[in-house]
Amino acid sequence: MRRELHFDAVVIGAGTAGLTAGARLAEAGARVAVLTKGVGSTHLAPGTVDVLGYAPERVSEPGRALEDLVRSRVDHPYALVGRGCVVEALQWFGERVAAGPFPGYRYVGGLERNHLLPTAIGALRPSALIPETMAAGDCAAGGASAARVCVVGVRALRDFHPALCAANLERAGVDARSVELNLALDRADQNALGVARRFDDPGWRAWFCAELSPHLRGEERVGLPAMLGSTDPHGVWSDLGRRLGRPVFEIPTLPPSVPGMRLFEVLRSSLRAAGGRLILGAEVVGAERSGERVSSVQAHAAGEERRYLARWVVLATGGFASGAIELDSRWVTRERVLGLPVRGAPGADEPRFVSTYLDEQPLARAGVAVTGDLRAEGVENVLVAGAALPGAAAWREGSGEGIALATGFRAAEVVSEAEGARAGQPGRSEAVV
Amino acid sequence: MSTEAGSGLRDDELPGLLRGSLDHCVKCTICETACPVSNVTPLFPGPKYCGPQAERYRVADEPSVEWSVDYCSGCGICTQVCPQGVKIAEINAQARNKIKREHGVALRDRIITRPTVLGRLGTPVAPVANLSLRLRPARILAEKLLGVHREAPAPRFAGRRFSRWAKRHTSPRTGRKVVYFHGCGTEYYEPWEGEKVVALLEHNGFEVEVPKQDCCGLPLQSSGLFDDARRTVLRLARALAPFVRDDDTIIVGNATSCTLMLKREAREILGLADDPALKRVSERTWDICELLLDLHDRGELRTDFRPVNETIAYHAPCQQQGHFIGKPALDLLALIPGLEVREMTARCCGVAGTYGLKAEKYEIAMKAGDALFTQIRASGAPSVACDSETCRWQITHATGRPSVHPIDYLHRAYGL
Ligand SMILES: Cc1cc2nc3c(=O)[nH]c(=O)nc-3n(C[C@H](O)[C@H](O)[C@H](O)COP(=O)(O)OP(=O)(O)OC[C@H]3O[C@@H](n4cnc5c(N)ncnc54)[C@H](O)[C@@H]3O)c2cc1C
Ligand code: SF4
Ligand code: SF4
Repeated sequence: MRRELHFDAVVIGAGTAGLTAGARLAEAGARVAVLTKGVGSTHLAPGTVDVLGYAPERVSEPGRALEDLVRSRVDHPYALVGRGCVVEALQWFGERVAAGPFPGYRYVGGLERNHLLPTAIGALRPSALIPETMAAGDCAAGGASAARVCVVGVRALRDFHPALCAANLERAGVDARSVELNLALDRADQNALGVARRFDDPGWRAWFCAELSPHLRGEERVGLPAMLGSTDPHGVWSDLGRRLGRPVFEIPTLPPSVPGMRLFEVLRSSLRAAGGRLILGAEVVGAERSGERVSSVQAHAAGEERRYLARWVVLATGGFASGAIELDSRWVTRERVLGLPVRGAPGADEPRFVSTYLDEQPLARAGVAVTGDLRAEGVENVLVAGAALPGAAAWREGSGEGIALATGFRAAEVVSEAEGARAGQPGRSEAVV
Repeated sequence: MSTEAGSGLRDDELPGLLRGSLDHCVKCTICETACPVSNVTPLFPGPKYCGPQAERYRVADEPSVEWSVDYCSGCGICTQVCPQGVKIAEINAQARNKIKREHGVALRDRIITRPTVLGRLGTPVAPVANLSLRLRPARILAEKLLGVHREAPAPRFAGRRFSRWAKRHTSPRTGRKVVYFHGCGTEYYEPWEGEKVVALLEHNGFEVEVPKQDCCGLPLQSSGLFDDARRTVLRLARALAPFVRDDDTIIVGNATSCTLMLKREAREILGLADDPALKRVSERTWDICELLLDLHDRGELRTDFRPVNETIAYHAPCQQQGHFIGKPALDLLALIPGLEVREMTARCCGVAGTYGLKAEKYEIAMKAGDALFTQIRASGAPSVACDSETCRWQITHATGRPSVHPIDYLHRAYGL
């Protein structure tokens, strides 16, 4: 017997885009496998759904700014899917969080206005849809509260310095101060996940609050690194609010990102609940074409590679950072998995990089060339979603998660529509055969 | 430095592929989020530090610079989640082996890594052996003398061997042959599992062949005894290879860590990628659930299941995840009417083969498994399905819940 597996759709990549596409396809009744080399950016990014933060000035009403963007930048991923799709995708995501593995946990906000959330270094970051555990940190005018922010750190937690965070918040016009607790964590150096596991324990929480309470003053709200529990964030966060008697919020940390891991778990469990399969370690290393179609992909497995045959392939492998797209020493850009053409890379005489690392890098706009409905150019049955798409500068725009979610959502819809048409049903179909 | 007969490989030559992979590390910390060990003990700084980072300081002909890598359990989860393809667990395994070569191997590690020898000694005297494995004074003595933790889960010798049963058993001639690799756990401790595998396969039209076979060498390999592990796995490969007649032949196993050893670990970690017999066996080996689900996907699995009205927790052990085939058991169990399956998301039970048996590591292993044990208790499921025997023993030890291979439920649902 040969290792050949048949699916309706194979999704490559398990970041926000791939998991969303996979879950949606499975919910529509398709047999889906999500093949992935490893986990994606979810574990690194803050776990918020930033739709549009800068265009290029800071955006306060993302819904409105999105409309302008869709009109003015026809090559942008948002323009390909349209504002309506973004709205639907956010709504779907919110429902999946509510039905997900963390009781009571939910996201708040939407396209009406951006929150302004403190980062680990005290900058303010615009974000549309955010975990409830971050809501009290909103510093936007008319936001959650104007009360002073008390940034609380724990010395052993690496890469989080409350004094730096508070000082920068002050510079941004937010009334802030800091407290650093020197708690014994049995190791000199701990990451956010390690502390989050402590917070799962009610006894530890009680002790933590007893240590912290004497340091708090007046009407302050308390900002803690995003580490409020690994299994029951809603419970941990509510409990802290009760014990400290004031609003408490999470500030995203440097990786690993605990809220990002929750986001991953929400999407992963949605995929599973709908019967989709997630196959970790299955790096896709090759593909077979027949005419204008990709008929199968080959993925790494222990012992012998496996061939996955599918009518549809969703490419959600991310961008340069995840190795989906590469630039060689002759300045040629390439999509590495299926060998698809890349668009948007700067020409030979144009600048590819600028000297300031976090500025807009021209090369970052490169991505897999697609037609209006996210199909890879020249291939009928491959759809592209997420950071693999060209046309966006997600880092500058603050749009990475929104694009991943909306395009993953849309890719699944395109498949369902095509299958519906194939089955002779008008419009969208609920069941893919 | 030792040179290994048969492989011509020097132990201190880290296969280029593994070492080369460390340059891909972008320090994203994803492996750290998943490592069951570093998350519970300060003695182990974690996969990123001990793998790609410390590897830069390891020089072939110079002494090991640090020992914390001995606390890596070898579960392999870090390699599975790394988005850049860094072979972290494999790099760690090599580093552990180097320490063992420099400083010698504890007597304990020479004993508990040889299930075949233990099984041969224990089986004829099973009642006495089982009793002494449960008697406190004996266990305290074993801890003092050997360093096997007194509380560590110990299996019971079945007192009979699976291979004896297999010799007397004739599989109906259907012409559709499958080669069964049962492993030591089935041979000495759970022969009934093997009988169930055979029954399931026969029920689905296979003619089951059971070659004479021995240990796969995994326990030796995970304790850093590479020379012995190579000898052992090559012996097994030579025993199985003649049964692989063509590319359609399947070798199937229910011991998921042992099938993984044959498929991948021996080739990658022990550097035996080019041994022809092992390569052939490696490519043709399937995990039992992988095979059954594949049959189902092709519409070839019988689905005459009777309802089993129960709730169970399913834990996919690390070694099963190392096959890179997803969790086929979940989809198989979902075929059984009435059976409610709760998927456990915590990744590791902590035991990692023989790691959790060692006196100095027992507590760490129990803590590493705690997230899983808590989930199992909270799931409300009275019993647990899990593909690996040592993990099942650990789960039962920690939670008091019975634990069986997922195929047990298929066997029951078929009414065999
Ligand atoms: C540290 C960090 C911070 C960020 N902060 C923000 C932020 O504040 N706001 C924001 O909006 N965005 C942020 N982003 C960006 C945002 O997270 C990404 O744009 C978005 O998540 C991309 O999702 P994706 O699913 O397209 O790709 P990814 O999440 O990169 O996923 C790619 C997936 O493809 C898999 N893969 C790659 N190659 C293969 C192959 N050959 N075979 C199989 N699988 C393969 C990978 O393993 C991975 O699972 C941040 C990103 C990072 C890394
Ligand atoms: S997951 Fe891989 S790339 Fe990330 S830190 Fe670990 S080894 Fe490096
Ligand atoms: S093999 Fe397991 S214990 Fe060792 S570093 Fe990797 S995840 Fe941690």
